[in-house]
Amino acid sequence: MTEATLPRTARFDRLGTLLGVTGVAALAGLSFVLVKANRIVPGIPRSLLEAAPPLAGWACLACLALAATAALFVFNARLRLGAALLGIGALLLALGAAGDALTPLGNRVVRISAGPAFWVVLVCLGLMATDAITRMRPGPARRVLWLAGFIAVAVLALKSGRFDHLSVMREYAVNAERFSRELLRHVLLAAGSLGAAALAGLPLGIACYRVPRIREAILGALNVIQTIPAIALFGILMAPLGALAAAVPLAGRLGIRGIGAAPAVVALFLYSLLPIVANTVQGLRRVSRQAVEAARGMGMTPGQVLLRVEMPLALPVIVTGVRVVLVQNIGMVTVAALIGGGGLGTFVFQGIGQTAIDLVLLGAIPIVALAFSAAVVLDALVEVMDRVKQ
Amino acid sequence: MITVENLSKVYDGTTVVDAVSMVIEKNTTTVIVGTSGSGKSTLLRMINRLVEPTGGRVLIEGRDTREEPAHLLRRRIGYAIQGHGLFPHRTVAENIGTVPQLLGWSAARIQARVEELLQVFQLDPKAYADAMPHELSGGQQQRVGVARALAAEPAVLLMDEPFGALDPIIRAKAQEDLLEIRRRFGTTIVLVTHDMDEAFHLGDRVAVMSGGRLLQYDRPARLLTQPADPFVARMTGMGDRAMRLLSLTTAGEAALPGRGSGPAVTASASLREALSELVWQGADSAQVVDADGTARGHLTLDAILRHGRPS
Amino acid sequence: MRPATLLRCAALALLVSFLLAPQRFAPLFAPLTQYGAPPIYDQGNLLSLALAHLGTVCLAAAASTLLAVTLGILVTRESGREFLPLSRTLVNIGQTFPPVAVLAVTVPLVGFGERPTLIALFAYGLLPIFENTIVGLQTCPPAVLEAASGMGMSARQRLFKVELPLAMPLILEGVRLSLVINVGTATIGSTVAAKGLGEVIIAGLLSNNTAFILQGGLVTGLMAILLYDGMAAFERRLLRSVRIE
Ligand SMILES: Nc1ncnc2c1ncn2[C@@H]1O[C@H](COP(=O)(O)OP(=O)(O)OP(=O)(O)O)[C@@H](O)[C@H]1O
Ligand SMILES: [Mg+2]
Repeated sequence: MTEATLPRTARFDRLGTLLGVTGVAALAGLSFVLVKANRIVPGIPRSLLEAAPPLAGWACLACLALAATAALFVFNARLRLGAALLGIGALLLALGAAGDALTPLGNRVVRISAGPAFWVVLVCLGLMATDAITRMRPGPARRVLWLAGFIAVAVLALKSGRFDHLSVMREYAVNAERFSRELLRHVLLAAGSLGAAALAGLPLGIACYRVPRIREAILGALNVIQTIPAIALFGILMAPLGALAAAVPLAGRLGIRGIGAAPAVVALFLYSLLPIVANTVQGLRRVSRQAVEAARGMGMTPGQVLLRVEMPLALPVIVTGVRVVLVQNIGMVTVAALIGGGGLGTFVFQGIGQTAIDLVLLGAIPIVALAFSAAVVLDALVEVMDRVKQ
Repeated sequence: MITVENLSKVYDGTTVVDAVSMVIEKNTTTVIVGTSGSGKSTLLRMINRLVEPTGGRVLIEGRDTREEPAHLLRRRIGYAIQGHGLFPHRTVAENIGTVPQLLGWSAARIQARVEELLQVFQLDPKAYADAMPHELSGGQQQRVGVARALAAEPAVLLMDEPFGALDPIIRAKAQEDLLEIRRRFGTTIVLVTHDMDEAFHLGDRVAVMSGGRLLQYDRPARLLTQPADPFVARMTGMGDRAMRLLSLTTAGEAALPGRGSGPAVTASASLREALSELVWQGADSAQVVDADGTARGHLTLDAILRHGRPS
Repeated sequence: MRPATLLRCAALALLVSFLLAPQRFAPLFAPLTQYGAPPIYDQGNLLSLALAHLGTVCLAAAASTLLAVTLGILVTRESGREFLPLSRTLVNIGQTFPPVAVLAVTVPLVGFGERPTLIALFAYGLLPIFENTIVGLQTCPPAVLEAASGMGMSARQRLFKVELPLAMPLILEGVRLSLVINVGTATIGSTVAAKGLGEVIIAGLLSNNTAFILQGGLVTGLMAILLYDGMAAFERRLLRSVRIE
């Protein structure tokens, strides 16, 4: 292979240039906030300096300029991360300040929401921060700490009241009580079906590993289930569950109904089986033959070999399956709202129904945050387990 | 003829090849040896510009290699590496025909050449032309790799540890193939190896490298008898240098006139092998015969031992 | 192998015959309806809905394949190396976004109808293809690449004659994943007024007609399975000739 000549000698960062140019173009050409007289009417675009109070606007611009400079000329990953975070903070505070400034005192009808320029600049800064973090290669513990820190800062910032005049927060204020209920329900649905799938999937996986004859058939069937679209599977399950509830009154009293949480949980359970079973088989197959031989040679019974040697060694791969399932479930629970299963999807589909973007965001942002946090935490767990194993 | 002038390569401030100059004669085999990381591969790869030199230049037949685009240069130079690098998605015939195809040969000419090469390497074209690489044994894959490097009749063949992964028997066979190729096609061969026996067996000249510098570049016998440097002496093996020296001369070359007595050794065997045979049989002289059994002369223990000393 | 082929053909035959003459299946669905509701979806032509659904899915997948493969090639070239670590992280993060969320966020930006669905399918479909393209191109055996350059292939020839063919099985696997996810996400597209089979399911949910739900579910399910299976068979065929140790 011919070797690279360019990157190391380049005087400015190409990714940074791309991000910087995009960000500046967005700020110059697109609107920073949209002001709506009420929830439904189209918004009136306003630029950053028009929207935010002068001091806040210029301070934000200064921070953004600093971040852009860092993006172009600074190569130290830590400094770049710092600059990007500074930019993100300034951007958010400016948006909050714009919300305060544009809302007439006591007016609860006017809606201030983030405009395209805000989102584009936020994405650019986010990419810059992500790139810097990627280059710093933080270890698993550090990544989880970072995540916890971000969540804490986000919660504190939202509680501080600085953002209360933004329309997403308005929607939150209206739905505060329901929000915590649906959030909890979302998590319960996702985690509950995962737990059930783990209980059933581990023995099934072990059986598939031990009995190659059934492996093909079971994995094939689970694969087919995975390809069925979520909404279709929810729908298909409604019929038999409804029939069950009608035929067995006890089932109905236990909450099993054709509509609601029951079909969602069953469907999610079915979807979750494949990654867990497949990864259990995969993990067990990767356990070194010598380790198993040694354990047998020491006089362990087959059960002891499984519990003390094979399963612990296969665990990282199995947890990888759990990660896939959890992230997938958090997304799919959203769809459950369509069949009355509840969860944050309720806001999403209500928002779509009412053309209320802020209501959609009130559902979608926490879903993405949940899925992302689950991925970070479980990835870190897998990495730690892999290290312990070596 | 390949002329290497003051060739250097620097990676991030580390000099990996340090002002190497050497002249490689046409139709010879030059073997580069040295410790791991001494810059052998880098030197080799600068000849076909897989690595661009930091300083110095390479001339092939008097022409600076930088005069033409690198990929066109490489089509004229054969290149074979350890692990053969066969294209797993192409048949054996397509693999061998890669460079001729790049050069725009006609299909008939490519096919004829592929068959010729398969025969040279004792692979039946009917059985192997349409096989996929993964269907071949390691030794066969390696032979196809060399055949592919030779496909466009290159005047120069560069080889980087081509036989490194082969077992001793197949390796010996591959070495004989290589000598045969040079005889048959008159190819100039430059080969990198870690195996000193291979270096002495194949090389008309041997280049010893250490820390990026070329310590000595000479005939094998001179490397043994007049090492330029203690490192060269260590590299070529102090312990059995006499035996190495013996291995450089064949029984036919050293044969004395007249028909002797004792066991028969073939003229193409090395003196080292002849000596071993005499020790084994407890004899002190041997008859030298051709492959077909006609007498070529004789050898005595004394005569053999004289060849094992620096003269 | 034989029974599987038979099953495949049967599934295809069932799907096609249902779409061509759904009324013939009415007796099967009738027990699921109440109060004399129609057993077969009657607010549109099932065949044209299925074709629209398939069209949306394939159009989006084609567009994402084109862009994702191009981007995958760019970030694995020498000149694009700087973008590679970030690209990998982005793919990882992006895949934690639920497809529904992507769809939901697109609607407010571009309005209702086909467009948000197409855009969401396109955006979400990029990820698996992009990821697999990168992995495929990066895991080409180094000795093979070295041999290709050493024999005098130009960078372009090496890409098209060696790297892409070797990466093809993985790239196709990415396309298959995208397609299957798309079939599912496209059903949800019907909540934002895109034409597709989701309409049937949603109509069933709204009018409490289990027959509709089951029809929509079965048709999309069959379609997803057949697409998945067809692509997998195609990949196996391709793989048979390329085997990399
Ligand atoms: N692309 C590169 N970038 C940076 N350093 C390199 C590069 N290629 C080689 N080197 C360094 O140059 C030195 C010589 O490498 P080279 O491959 O030429 O050694 P070698 O003699 O062939 O070793 P071996 O016998 O192990 O194959 C090594 O220290 C290696 O780490
Ligand atoms: Mg080397």
